[in-house]
Amino acid sequence: MGPLIPNEIIAGNWNFLIAFVIGIGFGFVLEQAGFSSSRKLAGMFYGYDTVVLKVFFTGAITAMLGLLFFSLFDWIDLSLVYVNPTFLWSAIIGGVIMGLGFITAGFCPGTSVCAAAIGKIDAMIFIVGIFLGIFIFGESFPLLQNLFVAGDMGSPKLNQVLGISGGVLALLVILAAAIMFWIGEWAERKFPREEY
Amino acid sequence: MKTKYMNPYLAGFLLGFVLLMAFYFSGRGLGASGAVKDVLVFSMDKVAPTHTAENHYFGKYVADGANPLNNWLVYEMLGVVLGGFISGAIAGRLKLRIEHFPGISANRRLVFALIGGVLFGFGSQLGRGCTSGSALTGMAVLSLGGFITMAAIFGTAFAAAYFFKKNWIG
Repeated sequence: MGPLIPNEIIAGNWNFLIAFVIGIGFGFVLEQAGFSSSRKLAGMFYGYDTVVLKVFFTGAITAMLGLLFFSLFDWIDLSLVYVNPTFLWSAIIGGVIMGLGFITAGFCPGTSVCAAAIGKIDAMIFIVGIFLGIFIFGESFPLLQNLFVAGDMGSPKLNQVLGISGGVLALLVILAAAIMFWIGEWAERKFPREEY
Repeated sequence: MKTKYMNPYLAGFLLGFVLLMAFYFSGRGLGASGAVKDVLVFSMDKVAPTHTAENHYFGKYVADGANPLNNWLVYEMLGVVLGGFISGAIAGRLKLRIEHFPGISANRRLVFALIGGVLFGFGSQLGRGCTSGSALTGMAVLSLGGFITMAAIFGTAFAAAYFFKKNWIG
């Protein structure tokens, strides 16, 4: 039963090789989807190209359902899968700052690495910026420490907070995504674009 | 509309499958900003080891002689570079260039790319992960924080889009 490395079905020294292979798949898919273009990514926020919405939500739903099915079939022990902790205020403010970065540059860290790999100089400069931003955060950590740990809620799941099962939440996410996909397809017909 | 890119729903399915495999094999999701942090801390440790060890945020990554590069995310991101390169090579997209909306100059594009990178780097540390590690992976495991970060990232970008119009659509 998975996860295979934490359950010691595969020896731990394979973990980095597996990470590398998974990374190849991750980078390949992002580039194939067009995430190596900042103009395609930024199109999301002006309606002319909603590829971000489609890929991001299809990806999240696929993995979400995959985990639920794998758990149902006893293929994976979900208690061994890392669940991101929730620190309310840093999640919100960090997200807001990242959102500003997204609309400013048209990249996020993963997509910028993909774009740099195919020669986009703007992406390489963005990565320099990420280094700077992390450095600034670390160096000013004493000032940020209280905010960083404020609103510690442990590692709750959204469905627990809402008092519903994981499956029902997944269904709601699918319905929400279907509506957003429909709006996205409509927006792409309404706002003209060129291919780049 | 016919494009040179993969159908986005198929690409999304494949992205979800890759993420699922990360959970199934390693019990963890994807990420990106964490690997940049590891490379930064590794470099800082080479240049200024005492300062790095004493830093309350970076210090824990070099405690007891640990090498921050011995991290799952670092190897995953090396794979991302190769995977992106292979895809670009197959699709004929390998080209050294500055991509920008024709209505702005290349220099303006680079300045905004740098500023955006600084914001994303800073925000990803505060938010404990970026679009990959916090939003995408967090949502897949139904983490409350993942949904919050996702909504904050996309909500803010939508809300601020009007003010950045000139850079993208004129």
